[in-house]
Amino acid sequence: MRKIKTIADLERVREQIISGQKKYATVISVCGGTGCHAYGCKKVREQFSRIIRKNGKGQKIKLQFTGCRGFCERGPIVTIQPQGIFYQKVQEKDVPLILAETIEKGKVLDHLLYEGKDLKTKVTAEKDIPFYQRQHRLVLGSNGLVDPTKIEDYLGIGGYRALARALLEMTPGQIIDEVKDSGLRGRGGAGFPTGKKWESCRNSTGDLKYVICNCDEGDPGAYMDRSLLEGNPHSVLEGMIIGAWAIGAQEGFIYVRHEYPLACKNAGTAIIQARKVGLLGHDILGSGFDFDVEIAKGGGAFVCGESTALIASIEGKIGEPKSKQIHTISQGLWGKPTNINNVETWANVPLIIRQGSQWFSSIGTEKSKGTKIFSLVGRVKNTGLVEVPMGITLKEIIFGIGGGPKDGKAIKAVQTGGPSGGCIPASLFDLPVDYDSLTHAGSMMGSGGMIVLDEGTCMVDVAKYFVHFLREESCGKCLPCREGLKRMGEILNEITGGRGNAESLFLLEELATVVADTSLCGLGKTAPNPVLSALKYFRPEFEDHIDRKRCPAGVCTSLIHYSIAEESCVGCGACKKICPAQAIAGKKKQSHRIIPELCSQCGSCRDVCKMNAVWVQ
Amino acid sequence: MELGAVNGILEKYQAKRTSLISILHDIQDQYNFLPETALKKVASSLQMDLNDLYGVATFYKSFSLVPKGRHSITLCLGTACHVRGGPKVLRQMKKELGIEPGQTTKDKNFSLEVVNCLGVCAIGPVMVVDGKFYGEMNWVRAKRIVEKIMKKENGGRA
Repeated sequence: MRKIKTIADLERVREQIISGQKKYATVISVCGGTGCHAYGCKKVREQFSRIIRKNGKGQKIKLQFTGCRGFCERGPIVTIQPQGIFYQKVQEKDVPLILAETIEKGKVLDHLLYEGKDLKTKVTAEKDIPFYQRQHRLVLGSNGLVDPTKIEDYLGIGGYRALARALLEMTPGQIIDEVKDSGLRGRGGAGFPTGKKWESCRNSTGDLKYVICNCDEGDPGAYMDRSLLEGNPHSVLEGMIIGAWAIGAQEGFIYVRHEYPLACKNAGTAIIQARKVGLLGHDILGSGFDFDVEIAKGGGAFVCGESTALIASIEGKIGEPKSKQIHTISQGLWGKPTNINNVETWANVPLIIRQGSQWFSSIGTEKSKGTKIFSLVGRVKNTGLVEVPMGITLKEIIFGIGGGPKDGKAIKAVQTGGPSGGCIPASLFDLPVDYDSLTHAGSMMGSGGMIVLDEGTCMVDVAKYFVHFLREESCGKCLPCREGLKRMGEILNEITGGRGNAESLFLLEELATVVADTSLCGLGKTAPNPVLSALKYFRPEFEDHIDRKRCPAGVCTSLIHYSIAEESCVGCGACKKICPAQAIAGKKKQSHRIIPELCSQCGSCRDVCKMNAVWVQ
Repeated sequence: MELGAVNGILEKYQAKRTSLISILHDIQDQYNFLPETALKKVASSLQMDLNDLYGVATFYKSFSLVPKGRHSITLCLGTACHVRGGPKVLRQMKKELGIEPGQTTKDKNFSLEVVNCLGVCAIGPVMVVDGKFYGEMNWVRAKRIVEKIMKKENGGRA
């Protein structure tokens, strides 16, 4: 492809791409996200490619590897256009059948379709699947249309048109006003108004300015940023270039977690391609604006998602946060004005520029505009990435889109906002999802992790999990976070170990308050949230552990014991064979029993028992 | 130790301080850990104090100053994996390999790591063996995967 120098050039290239795609009668898209990779999508794609080539159909069928479609647990996902067929859990062996039946004869294969709730109805089209039906996929939607490694695909769906408009038809001030009017707020968690941030950075004085894309998505349970950068990197890049133009930045960085190898790779490819066609680098689109982007890799430190620690990490230093008396927008990377936005925020920018702030602000609530992507995971039936308009209720997300409980156990809470957030009980599921409502309920939006917890989840264990997580991830710079979290972890260990006493909860709350009040950065300041919210809504569970020495969910190993129900046991011996402590006795075809003195409470017997005869108390 | 590759890596990143973390990642990918001699070379090329470099290399969890095993087993214990039984898989792996997370078996066959989230939460618990992702892991499947590699390493003997 030649260099694109004007808007007319861009439109010409786009038309060429579209007319080139018209020759294909069918487009087969195999999802190439990390989730589908785990289920073997690569083999599925290779098989398609092999057979299509063998049959000489390469001229008629376009085969593409797209970005993440969001419905990860149903992977590998294959869609067929123009018929609009959505096949799930496709295996290598299904490929010849799809080509022979669906592509050749137009027959839909029932066994690969999504099953309705009643297990009888089969759903053919993606838009009719309940998981997708209630979503509003503005940002994530393009993931399924493009091959993330091909800039042509992105240009074909109107990519970089927003950039052309911004660079050639708008002044930086107009862009900032547009973003401000749209009401876009940072999608990384804190929800700071994006336009306002850009304006402050533009007004900061400095010979050099930087923009950074934060893809250090450390919140466990959240993965929308990975999915976006991996599945549609050009949309993020386009947002960054527009932002850089508005702010007056010359250089940019995409800071990616090292745990996201595919995102690193695809973002790197996108940068090279954009440079090649003149959309990045020197004199972008002939506008005279110079801007380039580099990738900076993370090193596995959660704290580096914090802006000052992230900057230290790019500078090649230890990722310790700094006091925020001086903001990064005036003194950031190498002391220069720096604007950091999260991946999802950047990906929203081209949409706003292309379709206008009025359109964008018509979606969502009064103070939270647009859509938000959540990763709906944990103990829920349909897991994956969901994009919904702000203001939708938790109930609609968890029960409407998520389909409710995974295996019959009642859902009791949802954890949002990662280690800085908290647990919201089922009684509050009518709460609208926006920045302010979640904060008011003692949690926060965070980057968008939504981990559903059911009766089989122990809230004390979850609180302990987060405290231990944060203790490990604390950079150690300031004392309240470093030592406070350690002590909080010890108290929680005592409670789950059956050694908690009347003072435990009082001490825990006191320490939590001190850590929140006296820590330097966001990590420490919000670290007690999971504990405090669990105590607020699930105090009786803590008291059960302390006063009655029992774990109602049957999770804390020191407080539970296993037994075999005599009447259900058929004596198959599976538990006896698997038991690592040789704690199960019994003859074949006779009821077995657990020897309490030897049992290590690992739960292996319960996992293997087909008769559900193993009980936990 | 032959360090020719380090020169190539430094050249690739033009020995820029901004690329330090990427440089260390590439060195680790090459040698399986960060050899002392390589770190000395990086420090002198980037004109930085060796102490500072040691600080960086030990601060970030991804780096190891001791050689890792031939096979890497990484378990995700993010929240979603945690509530879906990740700890049980970890318990089995620790038992199977006889090591704690962050350690390498004596025969240098396996290294066990625990990470806080791999971002594949919808299909947790997730385990990565030599770069290959496995979803919906349970301890029985995990055991089978490791046993298969062990068998291969022992020349077909169990």
